Amino acid sequence: MSRNHEAGRQKEQHNGEAWLSELHHQHVAKERKRTWAVRIAQAVLLVAFFGLWEAAGRNKWIDVLLFSYPSKLFAHLWKTLLDGTLLPHTGITVLETIVGFVLGTLLGTIIAGLLWWFSFASRVLDPYLVVLNSMPKVALGPLFIVGFGPGMTAIVATTLSVTVIITTLVIYNRFREVDSGYIKVVRLFGGSRWQIFRNVILPDSFAVIISQLKVNVGLAWVGVIVGEFLTSKAGLGYLIIYGFQVFNFTIVLSSLLVIAVVATVMYRLVSALEHRLTRKGQEE
Amino acid sequence: METLLKLEEVTHVYVGDQGASLAVENLSLSIGRGEFVSLVGPSGCGKTTILSLLAGLLTPTKGTVYALGEPVRRPSPKLGYMLQQDYLFPWRTILENAQIGLELNGIKTPAATAHVRQLLHELGLGGTEQRMPYELSGGMRQRAALVRTLATEPDVLLLDEPFSALDMHIKLQLEDLVHTTLEARGKTAVLVTHDLAEAAAMSDRVVVLAPNPGRIQAIYEMPKALRELPPTEARKQPEFQGVFEQLWEALESGEAEGGEA
Repeated sequence: MSRNHEAGRQKEQHNGEAWLSELHHQHVAKERKRTWAVRIAQAVLLVAFFGLWEAAGRNKWIDVLLFSYPSKLFAHLWKTLLDGTLLPHTGITVLETIVGFVLGTLLGTIIAGLLWWFSFASRVLDPYLVVLNSMPKVALGPLFIVGFGPGMTAIVATTLSVTVIITTLVIYNRFREVDSGYIKVVRLFGGSRWQIFRNVILPDSFAVIISQLKVNVGLAWVGVIVGEFLTSKAGLGYLIIYGFQVFNFTIVLSSLLVIAVVATVMYRLVSALEHRLTRKGQEE
Repeated sequence: METLLKLEEVTHVYVGDQGASLAVENLSLSIGRGEFVSLVGPSGCGKTTILSLLAGLLTPTKGTVYALGEPVRRPSPKLGYMLQQDYLFPWRTILENAQIGLELNGIKTPAATAHVRQLLHELGLGGTEQRMPYELSGGMRQRAALVRTLATEPDVLLLDEPFSALDMHIKLQLEDLVHTTLEARGKTAVLVTHDLAEAAAMSDRVVVLAPNPGRIQAIYEMPKALRELPPTEARKQPEFQGVFEQLWEALESGEAEGGEA
């Protein structure tokens, strides 16, 4: 009797599980459908945008001189790709941006570390950092060009002026928020200040440093493009200014298109890096 | 009995923006090698302050603190300290966490690592060496914290309410584990707790403190029968209730005096 009962319960449980997994399958299928719908809508939007733009340009609904149209942009990009002028410009801008956000994050972290180390200095510098942070620092661009000459150094300096201060503030604040219990553990073993920094402050703030790296990708683009506007020698920013000066908006818009694509790819790559590094920190 | 820890007419004042407050006043206490002493008392009696002074985290405003025959000036791995929470570093494995003290003091030799593995095994953490702290339960994490403290082979253990954040049954298990582990190694220990039963079950001596300012109200030697038993067994003995009530009365009267003052 009791055996039958047991078997019945097991069967019931089994049915119960089947019923639950059926619900789960339905949920997954529904979600997948929705994801596809979103993707299709995104594609339609993109095609519609370029299609409408193309039609508007060809039929002169819009001023072609100002707005150009996609087939002209792609023709221009193709031409410059073949004559070998597009890639060097893109390459130099990408290089400046990478140097900008990597160096910006690194310098910001080092300065934050110094502020943490010298608490007197951090109290002294506090109002100055606030002023510097509220200032539109790209306005310093002309100074850098005078100081370093119109070249890559000036552009990277402009980029650093945009990224370093905010990075310093964000990371220094994170340093100060580290749970004092962790610091106490190191102190109790007779650990030095440097050991506290290396073993607690830095690893505990790692996720914030990496996420600031991601923020700096966006900021670095601003610094680089403005820097190239000002120096007007090479790069995608230079192409935009050049196109503007000769009133050829096909050049301006095609450069913007390249920037959009390259910036997205760069952001995605850094995101992937962040994902890998922070997951590694938790699971390995 | 050789004196291992000694507070000599120690006064400690906390100075802050709001003013200065007297945490401990003119307190003297000696603790012998191999002794297990508990400090109990209501909040404001300065029990954690006393532990911090012993550990070298604080410097007394007046008086001197001696440990292992020398004045205490700064924390040292010879004075092990267990915190209320485990504070295992989330980015380190259990083994790496347990070895942090060795690393900080530059004594992480293969032999020391083997010793840490052995300790983990003894405290029921075998097989968790490569796990991350978040994968372990609260009781296991606190045991890992104990291994971290024992790894540098301290002569003295300072226990700052290390069981207070745990569930009741885990707390009892861990009390037994700590008691037997320390006894087997002949370690000296000072336990700060607000739990009178815990103090009575684990200690050789219980120091009852009175608040505002912190001072010694009474000191009780635990009966020999209770001392030798592990805490869970001690709690079951007939004389345990009597001891508990004595401590309770001392605590009450100290609090009443403090209130009037």
